Amino acid sequence: MTLPMVVAAALFVGVLAYALFGGADFGSGFYDLTAGGAVTGAELRTLVDHSIGPVWEANHVWLVYVLVMWWTAFPETFAVTMSTLILPMLLALLGIVLRGAAFAFRKYAATLGQARLFGAVFAVSSVVTPFFLGAVAGAIASGRVPATGRGDLWSSWLSPTSVFGGLIAVGTCAFLAGTFLTADAVRSGRERLSEQLRRRTLAVGIVTGALVFAALVPLTRDAPTLTDGLAGRAASLVVLSAVSGSATLVLLFRRRPALARFGALTAVAAVVLGWGVAQYPWLLVDEVTIADAAGAPATLRALLVAVVLAGIIVVPALTYLFRLTQSESWTRH
Amino acid sequence: MTVHALALQLLTADDPAGLLPAREQMALSLGWHIVLACFGVAFPTMIFVVHRRGIVRDDPVALGLAQRWSKVSAVLFAIGAVSGTVLSFEMGLLWPGLMGPFGDVLGLPFAFEGLSFFVEAIFLGIYLYGWGRMPPRRHLLMLVPMATAGVVGTFCVISVNAWMNAPAGFTMVGGEVTDVDPWAAMFNDLVWMQFLHMWVAAFMVVGFVVSGVYAVGMLRGRRDAHHRLGFLVPFVFATVAALTQPVIGHLLGGNLGDRQPAKLAAFELAETTESPSPLRIGGVLVDGEVRWAIDIPALGSLIAQNSFTEPVPGLDTIPVEDQPPVNLTHWAFQAMIGIGTLLAGAVVLFWFLRWRGRDLLEKRWFLRFATAAGPLAVVALEAGWIATEVGRQPWVVYGVLRTTEAAGSNSGLWWLLAATVVVYAGMTTGAVVVLRSMARRWRAGETDLPSPYGPEPREEVTP
Repeated sequence: MTLPMVVAAALFVGVLAYALFGGADFGSGFYDLTAGGAVTGAELRTLVDHSIGPVWEANHVWLVYVLVMWWTAFPETFAVTMSTLILPMLLALLGIVLRGAAFAFRKYAATLGQARLFGAVFAVSSVVTPFFLGAVAGAIASGRVPATGRGDLWSSWLSPTSVFGGLIAVGTCAFLAGTFLTADAVRSGRERLSEQLRRRTLAVGIVTGALVFAALVPLTRDAPTLTDGLAGRAASLVVLSAVSGSATLVLLFRRRPALARFGALTAVAAVVLGWGVAQYPWLLVDEVTIADAAGAPATLRALLVAVVLAGIIVVPALTYLFRLTQSESWTRH
Repeated sequence: MTVHALALQLLTADDPAGLLPAREQMALSLGWHIVLACFGVAFPTMIFVVHRRGIVRDDPVALGLAQRWSKVSAVLFAIGAVSGTVLSFEMGLLWPGLMGPFGDVLGLPFAFEGLSFFVEAIFLGIYLYGWGRMPPRRHLLMLVPMATAGVVGTFCVISVNAWMNAPAGFTMVGGEVTDVDPWAAMFNDLVWMQFLHMWVAAFMVVGFVVSGVYAVGMLRGRRDAHHRLGFLVPFVFATVAALTQPVIGHLLGGNLGDRQPAKLAAFELAETTESPSPLRIGGVLVDGEVRWAIDIPALGSLIAQNSFTEPVPGLDTIPVEDQPPVNLTHWAFQAMIGIGTLLAGAVVLFWFLRWRGRDLLEKRWFLRFATAAGPLAVVALEAGWIATEVGRQPWVVYGVLRTTEAAGSNSGLWWLLAATVVVYAGMTTGAVVVLRSMARRWRAGETDLPSPYGPEPREEVTP
């Protein structure tokens, strides 16, 4: 494996982690939004607060990691992508800012009225943000970001691939969040709530699965390079995603949400990884390969030091945080 | 109109459409974030002090402060995290001409900054939710990685800014960046002093702001142990910082005349080279002439050049196209110095009189001053950043890349700026409303601040 490939893989690990963990945080906004009035929805909203409260900032850092790795290792592609995809990037950024701020404000809001305002901002921005990030992925994967100059400000990210990418991102985030929240509700012994969440997660899972199938047809025409990769090199990952997605639905249906969490993580991880494998060796599909996009070798080597340090420092700390928050004693309180 | 002003006008006419809005956007989002970044850097250490005191001395007052401060930090760190992310996006969105060619030169410290941000966010999560859920001593220790990450993070971010002032780790060959050495870029000549300057500034800002909050309480007659401790702990930090800062600042500026003569000339408002140079207080440069300034003879040479005779090189030695906006740089610089000196003097007075047995906390005028010290420290912080950033113009990477070359051609950025003003105004309002309501409820005797929705407020645990 070449040096640029290793760094690209390390960058993609960040994309994957953000899609899974950051995605689950965003997805919880869907249940918060659809929880109902202040009284009926209170229990669910409290659960959302409690579930993502300790972890969302740590999960959010994966995005920063991705951006930094990108502009350091592959600087020119970062600059051109930001130029072409300025609109979805800014809309995603707006959503990220509103989500984070409103979430923190709601927790300490003084009155119900304020809590509702902040809560609505938090929930809506959480639901919407993954769409724009998915659209960015779709634009890159369908070859709409040119290597030099600037692509069209609108059509570059409003293509079928981007729109489906965005919708699938919204769906998978909500699906991930649903399984986690259901498991949290069961663990804290809230039966009525866990039933409510289980039903919604099942519905979200079925809709998202249908969306993925519906996307296949336009994708073949709109993003041929990606489709070739998905049908070829990444085919096993696509199958894995379909199987584990279905297994998750079965597990949820049979009231095994703790196990379903792993099924959902596998399904989403396989989709995201499948995208990466399918568009290899392109960094910007049909425009720039990973090898051509790479910056100075000395910098790539130095970045690997940062990656190794992340493995030594960040991963154990993250594991500790997740173990604490998923433990009985933290959930009961 | 003078040649100077005319040339400036001509220069502006050629600027890319994305330059001015990008500048304003960067100034707003960075100026906003830097205040919260200070809290991220300095607040965990202060919380550690009161929390430790609470556990070790079994002091309920100190423990109560730690709990409240940790809740305040939950709000501040959240908006700090998102406003920091804004900056990450803006690097690419606003300055494609910088990030494209130089991303692999300047990026490494950002990668390490990302790691420290991870550590900070992870342990913040554990600490905030760990109250009553962990053994107390282990809970306290969760602050240590947070505080450490603050130091490392400051170093890394400042490293990039220092690199912009003192570029290193690459060679320009025919307009192309070659020989990239990211470690040399990261550990450039300026990084240590500039890091110290900002790190200490963070403690000044947070120390004076937090102690100012308790000064307000004392002014309103709340003179209990809670307020005294809440004032004194951050004030001690602010004291150390305010007394160290002038020394660091002086050392940082020591060789500025050799490094960035235009910046020094603007700082000192030196239109012509005078030997020895005066220290010029106030004053405005109008049509190439200094007006309304108070000159203290020879002091300028002494402070800026550590010499009785060596002059501050005047602006007339620098080509017009390489000069920064002089008046803004000069005034920002002097505001920083003036406020820094005032604050240093005030803490000396406070501790001197305390040593002599007089407590200034009994004096209303001092409490009023202590209240104002927080905002003043913030103004000094912002002024310092304006001085160094505007003073570096017209360069974004000094001597290598002009800001005009770094900006894009996107005139639509004005819309972005307008939207940002609205969002940041909303975020500021939200934070103020929430923090004030927290303080109000604490005063009313509520300790837990339950989430306000729901028939059964979630039970929050207090140790």
